[in-house]
Amino acid sequence: MDFSDTPEEAGFRAEVRTFVDEHAPHYLAPFLAKSGFGNTHTGDYDTLTEAKKWQKTKAEHGWACLMWPTQYGGRGASPMQNVIWSQEEGLYGRLSSLFIIGQGMCAPTMMAYASEAHKQRYLPKLASGEEVWCQLFSEPHGGSDLAGLRTRAQKSGDEWVINGQKIWTSGAQHSDFGILITRTDPDVAKHKGLTMFFLDMKSPGVKIVPIRQANGNSEFNEVYFDNVRIPDHQRLGEVGEGWRVSITTLMNERMAIGGSIPTGFPEIYELVQTLSLDGAPAVENPAVKSRLAGWYVKAAGLGHNASRMISALSKGEMPGPENSMGKLVAGNMMQDIAKFALDLQGQAGSLVDPEIAEGAARFQAMLLRSPAVRIEGGTDQILRNIIGERVLGLPEDLRADKGMPFNKIPTSQQDKS
Amino acid sequence: MDFDFSDEQKLLADQVKRFLDENCDSRVVRSVLEGEADFAEAVWQGLADLGLHGTAIPETYGGTGAGYLELCLVAQQLGAHIAPVPFASSVYLVAEALLLWGSEAQKLIWLPKLCTGEVKGALATTESLTQLRPQDVATTCSGDRLNGTKLVVSDGGIADLFVVLAQPESGSPTPALYLVTADQVQVQAVDSVDLTRNTARVTFAGASAQLLTGEGWSALQKLYDRAGVLFAFEQLGCAQAALAMAVAYAQERFAFGRAIGSFQAIKHMLADMYVAMKLAESNCYYAAWALANNSADLPLAGATARVAATQASQLCARDNIQVHGGMGFTWEFDCHLYYRRANYLALELGSLSEWEARLVDHLPLQQSA
Repeated sequence: MDFSDTPEEAGFRAEVRTFVDEHAPHYLAPFLAKSGFGNTHTGDYDTLTEAKKWQKTKAEHGWACLMWPTQYGGRGASPMQNVIWSQEEGLYGRLSSLFIIGQGMCAPTMMAYASEAHKQRYLPKLASGEEVWCQLFSEPHGGSDLAGLRTRAQKSGDEWVINGQKIWTSGAQHSDFGILITRTDPDVAKHKGLTMFFLDMKSPGVKIVPIRQANGNSEFNEVYFDNVRIPDHQRLGEVGEGWRVSITTLMNERMAIGGSIPTGFPEIYELVQTLSLDGAPAVENPAVKSRLAGWYVKAAGLGHNASRMISALSKGEMPGPENSMGKLVAGNMMQDIAKFALDLQGQAGSLVDPEIAEGAARFQAMLLRSPAVRIEGGTDQILRNIIGERVLGLPEDLRADKGMPFNKIPTSQQDKS
Repeated sequence: MDFDFSDEQKLLADQVKRFLDENCDSRVVRSVLEGEADFAEAVWQGLADLGLHGTAIPETYGGTGAGYLELCLVAQQLGAHIAPVPFASSVYLVAEALLLWGSEAQKLIWLPKLCTGEVKGALATTESLTQLRPQDVATTCSGDRLNGTKLVVSDGGIADLFVVLAQPESGSPTPALYLVTADQVQVQAVDSVDLTRNTARVTFAGASAQLLTGEGWSALQKLYDRAGVLFAFEQLGCAQAALAMAVAYAQERFAFGRAIGSFQAIKHMLADMYVAMKLAESNCYYAAWALANNSADLPLAGATARVAATQASQLCARDNIQVHGGMGFTWEFDCHLYYRRANYLALELGSLSEWEARLVDHLPLQQSA
C-alpha cells in the first residue's frame, strides 16, 4: 500500500502541471469555483464557447481523452495517468461536463461496435470537442425498465426508419450526433428485440424540446423521431443485440460519473465554520459535529473507493458493479446536507436570491437539484437492486414479463387508450 | 499509488482466517459466552504461537516486526470470528503504550512476554458513569502508590499487566499513565453487553506503580489515534461477517414460495449494509496506510475509520437480526453474538459521539468548495 507518486507518476504530474499552468483559461477560475449541482458557471463568458475552446486546446496538445488510443485523438495513457490529469486539471475539469456523455459513454460504445472508417471519422472530433454527442436511451415508458422502450426502427432498403420518443436526453440541444437504442422486433422477449444505432441529430424528423424541470432549469430534453432515416452502416452491433450493446454504454457510465459526483461536504463544512449558532461558530456545536462527521466519513469513503478502483484498474482488473454505490451515497447525502444547512440558517434559509442570502441560495439550489441525482442514471432503488443481485448474489425479483413477447406484456389502461 | 494490501499480506490474512475457522468457531465463542471460561485460552495461545501478538513488535522485543498493515489484517479476522481473547487490550493498547513510552528496561521485561502470550494486558481508564474527561480522574498516585477504582476494564479479570490513568498527587496539570501488575490489584468481574469479553472492576489500594509517561492525557489521545485504526479493523471484520450471515440466510430462507432475498425490502436492506461496510472498508484501508507510515493524516484518518466502522458494524449486526426475523432473536442463532460484539466495540475505546468530535476537531480548517 503506497499513496505517493512513483518517479514516473511524479514526472507525468509535472508535465501536466506545466501544461495547465500555461494554457488553462485562468480568467474563468473564480466562476468555475462556484459551479456545481447542475450548473457550470462562467460569469459573462458563454459556457458552451469556453468549454469547446478549452477542449480544443487540450486536444491540440495531446491532453484530450487521455486513455483513448492515439489514432482516435487520445494519448494512450494509463488509468493512473488519467487520474493525475484530473487532479491537476482541477477546476477546469468542470468545463468538460458538456462532453462527459459523448466521451465517457458514446465513445466506448463506438470503439467496441463501429466500423474502422466510422471510428476514424467520428472519434477524433468527439475528443477535440468539435462535435458533441448525446445518448438516447430513456423513454416515457422505459426508464428503470429500460428494455421496455418503444421507439421503433423498421428496415426500409439500406436504411432504418425511426419513429417514437426519447426523454431525459441531456445536452441534446447542443449535440451533433447521438447513440440511439430502438425496438426492431416487438414479437420477441423485450431484451431480445432491440438494436442500437448512431445518428446525425440534424437529420430530418428529429425534434428537440427542452424539459422544464422542477427546479426551474432545463438541462434535459425530449427528443421526437418522425420517420427519421438512418443508414444501416450506422448500426452498432447486430440486429437484436441492442441490449448487449447498451450494457457497454451503461458500464462506462458508472466509470464516467463514478468518482466525480459532488457530495456537498465541502460546502457544508465551509458554512458551519462561519455561520453563528447559539453565539458560537456552528462547527463547535456537538449536534453539528455529529452530522458533519457522518458526512465526512461518506465523502472520504467514496474518495477512497474511487482510488481503489483506479488502483485495481491499473493492475488490469475491471471495475465491478460495486461502483454503483457512489451515486447512491452522494445523492442522498447532498439532499440531507442541503436540508441541514438551511435548517441552521433559520427562516432566512428559505431565500433563493444570492444577492440577499448567498448561503441560503446556494443550499436551496442544492436542495432543489438533489432529487434528480437520486433518479438520473439509475434510481436509488435500481442501484440497490444492482448491489443486491450483482454484488451480493441475491436472487432476482419475480418479473411478470419474463420471457413474454414484448407486444404481449401488460401495460396500464392509460397506455392502451 | 497502490491502494491494496500486498499478496504476502493477503496470504497472512488467509492463514489467520484458516486458524480461526478451525479453532474459533461459534462453539468456542459460546463456551465463553456461557461462562465456562474467562477467555478462549487455546485460541489465545495459538495466535501467540503463530507469532501474531508480535506482528508489529520489533524482533528485539520478541516480535516478528512484520508491521501495522499486517496487524490490521489480523484484527479484521479476530473481529470476523468474534474471538473471545484479550488481543486488543494486550496488543493494540498495552504493548503499543510500552512501545511508545516504556523505558528500555520496561520494554525488555514485558514485550517478549506479551509476544509469547505469557502476559495479558489491560487498559484502565474509566471510573464514572460518564464519558471520560481528564479533570474527572479521581484515581491518584502518591509516590509510587496508586489508589482508586476503575469501573469498567476490558479484560481486567484476566490481565497480568495494567496501564492505568491516574492523577499524580504532585499537582501535575494532567493525569499520567502508570504500569501496575496484577498482584497489586483486586478485581471483581462485571457483566457487559458482550459476555464473550472479560470485563472487570479493578481496585487499586496502595498498588505499587511505575510511571509510564507523565503527559498521560495527550499520550492517551495518541494511543487512541493508533488503536482506533486496529479497533476499526475488528469492527470491519465483524460487519463483514454479520453481512455474510445475513446474505446467506436471505438466499436459503424461503417465504411466500420464494427466497426472501428476492424481495426488495430485504434486498435493499442488505444493499445498505453492504454500502456502509464498503465505506468503512475503504476508510480502514486508508487509515491502515496512515498508521503504518506514521502519516500526519493519522488522527483524522484513524477517527474516520473508527466512526465508519462503528456505524457499519452496528448497522450490519442490527439488520442481520432483522433479516433473520424471529430466529434472529433466539439465543441459539449467532446473530446476537455479532450484535453484542459490535455494540461492545463501539463503546470500548470511547463512544461514537466522542470519535465524531475527534474527527471534526482534526479536519483541516478551510476546505474550499
